[in-house]
Amino acid sequence: MTHQTLRDWLLTDTPQSRRQASAAAWYAGWLKLKRNTLAMAGLIVLIALILGALCAPLLATQDPFVQDLGARLLAPGTDGHIFGTDSLGRDIWSRLIYGARISLYIVALVAVVAPLLGLIIGTVAGYAGGILDVVLMRFTDIFLAFPRLILALAFVAALGAGIENAVLAISLTAWPPYARIARAETLTIRNSDFIHAIKLQGAGPLRIITRHVWPLCISSLVIRVTLDMAGIILTAAGLGFLGLGAQPPSPEWGAMVSEGRKYILDYWWVATIPGLAIFTISLAFNLLGDGLRDVLDPREAGK
Amino acid sequence: MTNLLDIENLRVRFPTRQGHFDAVRGISFSLGRERLGIVGESGSGKSMTGRAILKLIRKPGEVTADRMQMGKTDLRTASDRQMRKIRGRHASMIMQDPKFSLNPVMSVGQQITEALTTHERISRLDARKRAIQMLDAVAIRDPERVMGLYPHEVSGGMGQRIMIAMMLIPDPEILIADEPTSALDVSVQLSVLEIMDRLVTDRGMGLIFISHDLNLVSQFCDRILIMYAGRIVEVCQAGKLHEAQHPYTIGLLNSVPDLQHPRPRLDVLKRDPAWSAAPSVSALT
Amino acid sequence: MSAIDLSDLTVWFGHGAERSDAVKSASFSVDTGESFGLVGESGSGKSTVLRAISGLIDSWAGTMQLDGKPLGRRRERSFYKAVQMVFQDPYASLHPRHTVDRVLGEVLKLHGFSDIDARIDKLLDDVGLGKGFRFRYPHQLSGGQRQRVAIARALAPEPRIVLLDEPTSALDVSVQAEILNLLSDLRAERGLTYLMVSHDLGVIGHMCERIAVMQQGRIVELLDVAQMRKLSAEHPYTRHLLDSSVRAVRQA
Repeated sequence: MTHQTLRDWLLTDTPQSRRQASAAAWYAGWLKLKRNTLAMAGLIVLIALILGALCAPLLATQDPFVQDLGARLLAPGTDGHIFGTDSLGRDIWSRLIYGARISLYIVALVAVVAPLLGLIIGTVAGYAGGILDVVLMRFTDIFLAFPRLILALAFVAALGAGIENAVLAISLTAWPPYARIARAETLTIRNSDFIHAIKLQGAGPLRIITRHVWPLCISSLVIRVTLDMAGIILTAAGLGFLGLGAQPPSPEWGAMVSEGRKYILDYWWVATIPGLAIFTISLAFNLLGDGLRDVLDPREAGK
Repeated sequence: MTNLLDIENLRVRFPTRQGHFDAVRGISFSLGRERLGIVGESGSGKSMTGRAILKLIRKPGEVTADRMQMGKTDLRTASDRQMRKIRGRHASMIMQDPKFSLNPVMSVGQQITEALTTHERISRLDARKRAIQMLDAVAIRDPERVMGLYPHEVSGGMGQRIMIAMMLIPDPEILIADEPTSALDVSVQLSVLEIMDRLVTDRGMGLIFISHDLNLVSQFCDRILIMYAGRIVEVCQAGKLHEAQHPYTIGLLNSVPDLQHPRPRLDVLKRDPAWSAAPSVSALT
Repeated sequence: MSAIDLSDLTVWFGHGAERSDAVKSASFSVDTGESFGLVGESGSGKSTVLRAISGLIDSWAGTMQLDGKPLGRRRERSFYKAVQMVFQDPYASLHPRHTVDRVLGEVLKLHGFSDIDARIDKLLDDVGLGKGFRFRYPHQLSGGQRQRVAIARALAPEPRIVLLDEPTSALDVSVQAEILNLLSDLRAERGLTYLMVSHDLGVIGHMCERIAVMQQGRIVELLDVAQMRKLSAEHPYTRHLLDSSVRAVRQA
């Protein structure tokens, strides 16, 4: 199949099979995203980051854990250390590459747990209404009322320091906004005719929520999650910085900034380079999120 | 007699992923002090025509024409500033649903007097007086009370009469009414249209009445343009609608179920690709 | 025997002091195989009657009977196998992210049919769309085509009674003619009973044998189509409606 006919097959308004229909829908979304240059830039940065994390052993010039006290605090560029070395003489570039694995691990886990929890609570509250709605939403309000980092700190303090507990703590503090969004979407969807129509086929609430309400909520949640990614990375980094997230010697970016802060005036790169890494991927997620908003906005879907 | 509006070879085009979509494809018409109906189905380009005249087509849509003359103004080269002056003062537009055209946080009175004070130097008191007169003219009982109401407090029919009052108060020469009564109940529809008709005729204005309802338009217009796929397929005198030649016009007339002349089956339009390929009929006078 | 029998039906929204009655003690019955029209202007409560029958509103009092058996608050699956509804706005009644195939497939599965593929193709043929439309999304369909899909969905469980809530008011007149013809054909082929709501007396006169006129939640008059065509109505409101409708269609 030549390139031109594949494109035609994907752009058709008259799909002939289930597979073609969904492929065409994805392709239309992709074309829309492709037009947004900034979102594409964000996407490319994130893909590069994922590839970098996957190929860390190939890209790293040195073992990220090996200390070399003779070569401590070398400036970027000296002796083959692209980004210099830290206070224990470890290569910062190698640590960054391995640290990407930790950041992505945290992000991926939080991105699955928090929105899912929010989606379930929000759609059930919105669809059921009445007492259940009141109870679930007040519960959400209680969580929302705490400052996020403080609540996360409290959880980690109670559960013990470590990456898994940091992920759990961040997820537990991140779900309430998703529940709010999901509930608001559900309230508008609940009264639309296509929901009435499926009710008139005798469909039960479980089927309506999972098959009919969720697909329409998920797009706004995906947008919100991508925009929140930056915040999640920063919270994880913050926990790392405070010594409650990843434990030394693991190369978590926040912990790296924390270690470097003692030398910030004389050896700027030790704290600045992991800081820049956090900044770059936060920005990349934000740009992608903005682009996804244009593609996924359910209000646009009908047109 | 000079025309209020002359349009030649008007095109409205929107870029799409597969090239261009032409919503209006080279139509020509003129408007004197008459009531001109533009009839067509959704997608025929009738609303786009109305919007193009007032330059209300948003980017990325583009409007081109060989001539767009309103009085002494060439609309093609008019700046945004000039257009703001023209809208209201020389030409007004009434949209389909009053719910969306009235500002929900301003009272009816404020909105009508604002329409007046933006175009004329007039004292508040005089503006209020004129507004009350105008509401009276659109057959609103107790206009003093209605002046203080907010849009959500008035019914659809009254809302649309208020819109008419608001659009006619700066005394424009041209009124463009885009489906002014489609959102209203049948029994209210006629009375609103009769009011609009009377005011337009009394003031010697030019009316462009855009609608999908051929029968309704034929009662309130002198001349009717029938649009199909962005072109004018036929121009009829309202009184001679039954002499219409074009199969599309005849099809439209026959597809409406008629209470007093029942038929076992309704006629269904057989759309001929030749209709959209044929050149646009000129409605210049 | 009457397919649907309503007596003294009152439907309200809100509670206590906020309560407003949308339908006030309405009574009428629809015979099996008949096409019955409910006419009124916006806010007359005509659509509310349909929604109460279909079980979408449960704040009602009075009695509703289906084939002589009284209906309770909750509707059984068997009710939905017998009674289906077509909504007014085909742009709002189809899920924006579901293909035609998925819409019809889900309904058929819910009603326990097994030969789903064959049935979807048959339904699409019956409503004049054909197999080519099976995998399209709603945004790839015109208004008339969407309404045909909605009709196919309503016919999927093979109901005996179809509630039609202004099925053509969002469509162009030429498309309206196609849909009305389709509805007439389907009724003749399948012996369906229609209860149709509309504000358009022309449409009701074309489709229905008997009509009820509603005003502000009350049924003010019941008349048959012959009386309607002769414009011989008793109630002043009905006369007013008939008069405006005839004047709107009359050619200048």
